[in-house]
Amino acid sequence: MPRRTDLSSILIIGSGPIVIGQACEFDYSGTQACRVLKDEGYRVVLANSNPATIMTDPDFADRTYIEPITWEVVARIIERERPDAVLPTLGGQTGLNTAMALYERGLVGTPGTPELIGANAEAIATAEDREKFKEAMIEIGLSVPPSGVAHTVDEAMDVMSTIGLPVIIRPAYILGGRGTGIASTPDEFRHLARAGLDASPISEILIEKSIAGWKEYELEVMRDRADNCVIICSIENFDAMGVHTGDSITVAPAQTLSDVEYQRMRDAAFACIRRVGVETGGSNVQFAVDPRTGDQVVIEMNPRVSRSSALASKATGFPIAKIAAKLAVGYTLDEIPNDITRMTPASFEPTIDYVVTKVPRWAFEKLPGTSGVLGTQMQSVGEVMAIGRTFPESLQKALRSLEQGRAGLNADPAEKQYDELTDGELLARIAVPTPERIFQIGELLHRGVSIEAIHEACRIDPWFLDQMSIVTEERTRLESTTMESMSARDWKRAKRLGFSDAQLAHLWDRAELDVRRMRTAAGVIPTFKTVDTCSAEFAAETPYHYSTYEDENEVRSSTRPRVLILGSGPNRIGQGIEFDYCCVHASFALRDAGFETVMVNCNPETVSTDYDTSDRLYFEPLTREDVLNVIEAETAASGGTPPKVIVSLGGQTPLKLSGQIPTELIAGTSPTSIDLAEDREKWNELCDRLRIPQPPGGTAVTLADAEAIVARVGFPVLVRPSYVLGGRAMQIVHDRDHLARAMAELTGFGSLGKEGGLSAERPVLVDRFLEDATEVDVDAIRDHIGEVLIGGVMEHVEEAGVHSGDSACAIPPQTLPSWVVDVIRAYTEAIAGALDVRGLINVQYAVAGTNVFVIEANPRASRTVPFVAKATGIPLAKVATRVMLGATLAELRTEGLLRPSVLDAGRVAVKEAVLPFNRFPEVDTALGPEMRSTGEVMGIDTSFGRAFYKAELAAGTVLPRDGTVFLSLADGDKPAGIVVAQRLRELGFGVAATTGTAEYLARFGLTVDRTVDKVSEGRGDTAVDLIASGNISFVINTPQGRGGRTDGEAIRKAANVHRVPSVTTVEAALAAVRGLAEQADRPLEVCSLQEHHGRA
Amino acid sequence: MTDRTTIPGDIVESHLVLADGSVFAGEAIGAPSAVTAGEVVFNTVLSGYQEVITDPSYAGQMITFTYPHIGNYGTVGLDDEARRPHCRGVIVRDLARRESNHRSESSLDAMLRRHGVPGIAGIDTRRLTRVLRDTGAMPGAFGTGSYDDLLAAARAERGTDGVDLVATVTTDSPYTVHGGPLRVVAFDFGIKATILRCLSEIATVEVVPASTLAADVMARRPDGVFLSNGPGDPAAVPYAVDAIRSLVGEVPLFGICLGHQLLSRALGGDTFKLPFGHHGGNHPVRHETSGRIEITSQNHNFCVDPTSLGGRVAVTHLNLNDRTNEGMRVLDAPAFSVQYHPEAGPGPHDSRYLFDQFARLMNSRSEKTGNL
Repeated sequence: MPRRTDLSSILIIGSGPIVIGQACEFDYSGTQACRVLKDEGYRVVLANSNPATIMTDPDFADRTYIEPITWEVVARIIERERPDAVLPTLGGQTGLNTAMALYERGLVGTPGTPELIGANAEAIATAEDREKFKEAMIEIGLSVPPSGVAHTVDEAMDVMSTIGLPVIIRPAYILGGRGTGIASTPDEFRHLARAGLDASPISEILIEKSIAGWKEYELEVMRDRADNCVIICSIENFDAMGVHTGDSITVAPAQTLSDVEYQRMRDAAFACIRRVGVETGGSNVQFAVDPRTGDQVVIEMNPRVSRSSALASKATGFPIAKIAAKLAVGYTLDEIPNDITRMTPASFEPTIDYVVTKVPRWAFEKLPGTSGVLGTQMQSVGEVMAIGRTFPESLQKALRSLEQGRAGLNADPAEKQYDELTDGELLARIAVPTPERIFQIGELLHRGVSIEAIHEACRIDPWFLDQMSIVTEERTRLESTTMESMSARDWKRAKRLGFSDAQLAHLWDRAELDVRRMRTAAGVIPTFKTVDTCSAEFAAETPYHYSTYEDENEVRSSTRPRVLILGSGPNRIGQGIEFDYCCVHASFALRDAGFETVMVNCNPETVSTDYDTSDRLYFEPLTREDVLNVIEAETAASGGTPPKVIVSLGGQTPLKLSGQIPTELIAGTSPTSIDLAEDREKWNELCDRLRIPQPPGGTAVTLADAEAIVARVGFPVLVRPSYVLGGRAMQIVHDRDHLARAMAELTGFGSLGKEGGLSAERPVLVDRFLEDATEVDVDAIRDHIGEVLIGGVMEHVEEAGVHSGDSACAIPPQTLPSWVVDVIRAYTEAIAGALDVRGLINVQYAVAGTNVFVIEANPRASRTVPFVAKATGIPLAKVATRVMLGATLAELRTEGLLRPSVLDAGRVAVKEAVLPFNRFPEVDTALGPEMRSTGEVMGIDTSFGRAFYKAELAAGTVLPRDGTVFLSLADGDKPAGIVVAQRLRELGFGVAATTGTAEYLARFGLTVDRTVDKVSEGRGDTAVDLIASGNISFVINTPQGRGGRTDGEAIRKAANVHRVPSVTTVEAALAAVRGLAEQADRPLEVCSLQEHHGRA
Repeated sequence: MTDRTTIPGDIVESHLVLADGSVFAGEAIGAPSAVTAGEVVFNTVLSGYQEVITDPSYAGQMITFTYPHIGNYGTVGLDDEARRPHCRGVIVRDLARRESNHRSESSLDAMLRRHGVPGIAGIDTRRLTRVLRDTGAMPGAFGTGSYDDLLAAARAERGTDGVDLVATVTTDSPYTVHGGPLRVVAFDFGIKATILRCLSEIATVEVVPASTLAADVMARRPDGVFLSNGPGDPAAVPYAVDAIRSLVGEVPLFGICLGHQLLSRALGGDTFKLPFGHHGGNHPVRHETSGRIEITSQNHNFCVDPTSLGGRVAVTHLNLNDRTNEGMRVLDAPAFSVQYHPEAGPGPHDSRYLFDQFARLMNSRSEKTGNL
């Protein structure tokens, strides 16, 4: 069946901001879908609020709407664009839920409205509605755990009493297991049932018999409209049932299923997708297997492309999203060629000759108050994948890919933390799943504790444990030998088990580079194999490589000039999709300019690790050893000419490696300049020379150093480590005790110690903190002849002190006088010149009154590059990459790549951060200098208020149209509170306030409708009671500068738990009331990026 | 349940040498052997190593598994495709030293030792597969012996062309597997247990030696005759071709793999050797009348040339990877056959409908002839 000709225009719904459970895997799938459908000649309309994505680049769709993804807004887009079909299965849960909301209102999927392709409403409902799904599975003879559905806590109690504890609670229509949990006692059950009902948009939970401890599997299925079904990949969870699959270490292919069991599971997966009725595309079916009997049960299915399918695509080389998009428009599997072999069709099941291991990365250290215990609710913010020929090799590669100071499965300095724990204590710890568990198990195995005892404690399959013990036994052997006595065979055995040079260096107390020299002298160097979907049965056309230690290397030689782009590794708070965007753009720009592009990265969710983004892909850890290996392999493949290396687009990860790569290979700004900006002394000299003022401060390695600085500059001070992105451990310190605490955390085995720690080379920066200053960010590009292009000047909404990544910001600046902006431009040009920047630079300023202070400069891509590119129409990352390889801005203007900014078109672009608090009710939602947002959204409109309103809506903060607003303000914020309260009154809102705020407002003639006590006063109704009562539609609560946090914290947590929208800074409150005022008089209008950029 | 046969430090060096002189270093597993020679082939299944190793069709061959971890879930008697393995040896990247599965009765290493099958582990099986892909299945030898001895053995190995390997695997005497209402006589050219299981769901199966004459088969008054899978070159089994020629048109026939090739030769067609054969569980085959895709289990080096059959057959199945023939239906007689393995064991169950098709064919014939 060829492609459908009755469709001409298709709307793709994206997944919006990066949140826990929905990350850049949907940029990967959406980008593939856009490309495929455009290539097929369809008019592609895209809706996605996330400016950091590659898919929202104006080249990928005919019409790109960076607008909030709510059914109302998407309905406006449909009204405007009149697509023939809507494809909802590539935008994660957001895509599906939005499609269902539109369907329920008769706006899609019914005659006369756009058709739902990929999965229809009935199929989505069957898969997503837990009760319907269970019934459907029983109907086709598949086993499911005994369960029942409830809509109230009372109903839930009834269901629980029939099933018996322990049970698992799963809310309907949720993402990443939000609101899910296992209850073993009636009290736990009541608590979890309520949380689950709250988390479900339709207040429905499924209560099912807990099968924690069973083995967990996933199958990735594809189906075409001729009903051909294939399995793309099987995945076995290393962690047993009870840990969300997104938080589990997972392995592909399945390791401990016999063919008899596997084929039974395969048959069940096909029966499942057919019964649910997913007509075309990819689905993910999850199974649990009782390890004692082999009994299989179906857990759930996702009728769409998912995180697991992105992993399966990267694990096998089979591009699930791309094929799903083709199937959605009518092709059958046998009509689509396999990209990798080109000779064989896509209607097959990939087979692989290596092992893939995925390990999640969490951010508990940024979320004080969280337990750090893993469960049925996903909490990780990113993941790494590693490929090895065996499980030990891939596991060790994955663990060192995490960039959390671990060199593999222990055998590194961080393992010292286990020294003081007894076997019994460690066994008790591994009974509780945490991010540390894998290493604790490694330690137990190294101590010789039996696999039976470990399995008993953690339920992880003995096969995995035995494979890990092969690693720890090898380690013991290595410890008893010396580097000099290693034979080639010894080296090869250790490397084949995944040992890094860093681990060997630790075991022998040698320098890592000595180990490397000795090993290469023994002739033991990595071979690069190819991911080819077919285990070498057919020749592969696509050079997608991984390293291992075997006989044969498969990298093909070529003589074209080549550029290596180092990616950004696992997503984490502070370093995410924005950097992948930059790396991918670099690859596109260089390919267009005739270079051969080589990508190195280890994040399976990304577009950069798509095999056709670059000319060659190395799926490798971003460590010195692994990156040097790739450089050497590429050098050998080009007859001795080393590649140029780009280190400045992937965030801190590649930047940290810049000092370990031969200087002459680094493209763009030299490592010396990078160091000049990072080294505090040199940077101070530079600013002094340029006469650019900085907040007074200094560097400290010890508490005494820090105290000396404070004596000079006075409190409050901003304390932050150098060389860390995302404000990790950054604090505003008001007194001596706090200073001591802050310094203590930065040394030793604090969470930061693990990420690189403190040393003379990496001291702590202590600066006077400027209160009430406005923060400004600039992204600029300088070329080698000295021209500087100011990409964008962004004014932050929240004051300095809130991490820039967590702050909303606007382009162009909204309150700064134009002369201040001009000063900032001039400063930026001077700094870029003084640093001899070749490429991107990001400079941060604080404006206090008429003083402009420079806070820091980073000669690399910043988090805001994609936002600025979309707001201004200047392809900053592409331009910068070309400049790094020697082009001038003038040349790029002539070429047409560099276009003028479109900003004077009378529009304002606002970026807003998206925070993960709804998953962490125990965390204070007040913003601070430590970044905690996982993603961002953008709103563009004709005024700041409207753009801000849109950005809030896109971020999930629905500003209310009516109701009562609750105000509780810090003393310093109270004057601004007068304005906020006035506006709210004018807009017809009711106002409630805490006693102090109410009394203050009364002095200026503003009465409030309701006054409540602070929590600690606790006489009558408290603020928390009021919020819990459901009578408040919006909360404005700003934290006191110091102390007295507890009341505010309780209020903010109450708002978070009861899902009442809230803001925690007075600046955001002012912006919000402005947005409400400007939006009140007209309906929300949508505009495509192409129109905004004047390209339509 | 725990076997620790290859504890570190206890490694016995072993080498694989191909007839072209290339060497692969590894370590000995399974039964001890100084020199074991055979035709080296590869198989790309991710699970099902036990079924592959015990499949009689691998007689004369040494099986390279492309998936690196082999032995993870142990072995269980129920999954054996024959009473003992007929392959000459096993070549793997990594043999699990501890298996884990509730069904397992013994480790793979123990099973190999029990049956005297030697193996070699630690091999760059991907490099080996790429050699075999480019040059075709090649004679080779592995073991703890010297390079010269191994090379000599590899060169002395004549491969499977023209060799009657069926005689080495077929049953000595007839036996019966009781089951469904129909009566099937199955030629044992190296029949797999899973095929017998599938056939017994529709019929009582009388398994007869490969050399059984057509008249002896007909004397058993079968509703249908099954032509099994088996090892090697169909041209080396002329006696079976003669028997089948006499049966075509006399009784419904169903052939699988070697049975498919023998049926085609009985009809006067040709078979030829594929460059490196099909050995895996993921090959797409299109059923030509419905257009449906079946993911199939495959294990063959020889292939039917349908153009050599003139107009006597309709091609029913096509391999979508290399467009070779995968199945046919005889136009003027009740007979059909497929090149791949619809019974699976190991592999997908997409094609098990063919056994029902055989049952229907027999039932319709039985009604006509009143032979019930």
